[in-house]
Amino acid sequence: MSALRELYQEVILDHGKAPRNFGKPEHVTCESNGHNPLCGDTVTIYLHLDDGIVEEATFEGRGCAISIASASMMTEILKGKQLGEVSAMFERFHNLVTEDEAACEGGFDSEEFEKLMVLSGVREFPMRVKCATLAWHTMKAALQGGAEEVTTE
Amino acid sequence: MRSVATISENSAFDVARLRADFPILAERVYDKPLVFLDSAASAQKPQCVIDAVSHCYSREYANIHRGVYYLSERATQAYEDARVKVQRFINAASEREIIFTKSTTEAINLVAASYGGATLKEGDEIILSHLEHHANIVPWQLLRQRIGIEIKVVPIDERGNFLLEEFEKLLSPRTRLVAVSHTSNALGTITPAAEIVRLAHAQGTPVLLDGAQSVVHGPIDVQALDVDFFAFSGHKLYGPSGIGVLYGKADLLAAMPPYQGGGDMIKRVTFEKTEFADIPGRFEAGTPHIAGAYGFAAAIDYVSAIGMEAINAHERELLDYATARLQEINSLRFIGTADDKAGIVSFELDGVHAHDIGTILDREGIAVRVGHHCAQPLMDRFGITGTVRASFGLYNDKADIDALVRALGAVREIFG
Repeated sequence: MSALRELYQEVILDHGKAPRNFGKPEHVTCESNGHNPLCGDTVTIYLHLDDGIVEEATFEGRGCAISIASASMMTEILKGKQLGEVSAMFERFHNLVTEDEAACEGGFDSEEFEKLMVLSGVREFPMRVKCATLAWHTMKAALQGGAEEVTTE
Repeated sequence: MRSVATISENSAFDVARLRADFPILAERVYDKPLVFLDSAASAQKPQCVIDAVSHCYSREYANIHRGVYYLSERATQAYEDARVKVQRFINAASEREIIFTKSTTEAINLVAASYGGATLKEGDEIILSHLEHHANIVPWQLLRQRIGIEIKVVPIDERGNFLLEEFEKLLSPRTRLVAVSHTSNALGTITPAAEIVRLAHAQGTPVLLDGAQSVVHGPIDVQALDVDFFAFSGHKLYGPSGIGVLYGKADLLAAMPPYQGGGDMIKRVTFEKTEFADIPGRFEAGTPHIAGAYGFAAAIDYVSAIGMEAINAHERELLDYATARLQEINSLRFIGTADDKAGIVSFELDGVHAHDIGTILDREGIAVRVGHHCAQPLMDRFGITGTVRASFGLYNDKADIDALVRALGAVREIFG
């Protein structure tokens, strides 16, 4: 049960049930759709950028607790960040859910890093890593202005 | 669905003894006994099938239909014997009507490309149902792209029943082929195949049945069904993966052009022209899954010795038991409660995504399929992205279902 408890921590269940920043904001400067063909889950990421800063980040979609929680937490952390920081975060997050902890040090200030650490439990579940990374890949595609849908396959 | 009260032990069916035939069932997963409830995706293999494949490679392996030496003759004989076994198993009139493919999917693609490509014209209609697996949708869409046919879809009701009267309405003089699932992989619905064939034949339209699921759950008699094409695979029938079957009536097959070109499907080749082999060889280009045929034959012997009727009765008993036990869970909703069902239950739990359930069950040693089951139009019909599906094979017992129900309790513990 321990690996499962590690995966399904209260914070994740809470974000999964009551996602933050869910919906489409008034001002959208870029957006992108993501799709996981394995399970049919979808996510749309909306960003409002102003002068290289993420003013607003929201999402819509349907998915499992992991993918919804990941999208929800990502949108929280992105707000107010500069684009350079966002790229670094993308790399750090990817390491967080695929590599060991040593690879994840730095990049976030400690409090933010702490928050995302709850998603590191997904490392023990290789089939579920894509659930956690879908929102992040979709966000990256939105920044790159990709019209093509992101897929996890 | 029958009630719990009518459940009685199928006394002739010794599931404990049969389980011992499947070495993988002794495996432990995350230090828990394996509970395998995903036979509808692919069934586990009895020792006799594993031995037959091993026997082929260790004692008799050579390419078939060409060598004049001992090993090749033995392998060719075994391959052709397997064809006769398949013929008898589904009661085809002749072994010439049995074409080995790599899968059910390839069998359907063969019919779409060869029969469809040669017979259908722009504006012709074919009929599918809302229950179809992607394998019985996409090949027809490819054909639609190629020649501009129209695809009509028979609707189902809220419980997943195939609506025969709607099918009748869709049948028209422009209908050139009906291709429908015999048993739904996602819901377990058994379609009224005999009626479908009768109605289609009344206006001269041939019928293909996707038998990937039906062939494992009970006896199949293609002559009694009078079906024109019947597709299934070895791996769901406790045989190896990589070998499947297309049954087709001899007169239809004989009139069809080749599907793929290559070795083994010709009489004589010059650079100017090629004379194609007769059926079934015409449709078996290239070196086939030789060892797979050994294993497939062993699998047919195995299930035949148990008896498909007995397997059917056992699985129905499990279905009734599982339906009754799962109904005890308040937040559980069945997807698919058709009048006539095979040993497949599909469901969702309030507020918990199927993939989260699948992960939690996995850690309890329980293998189920979660997601859309390669039937996305069907999921769309119910307004869902996926379900949890437990499917039963001859080796499952009530303890497996009890374990599933217990583990769903663990899901509720985590998700509240």
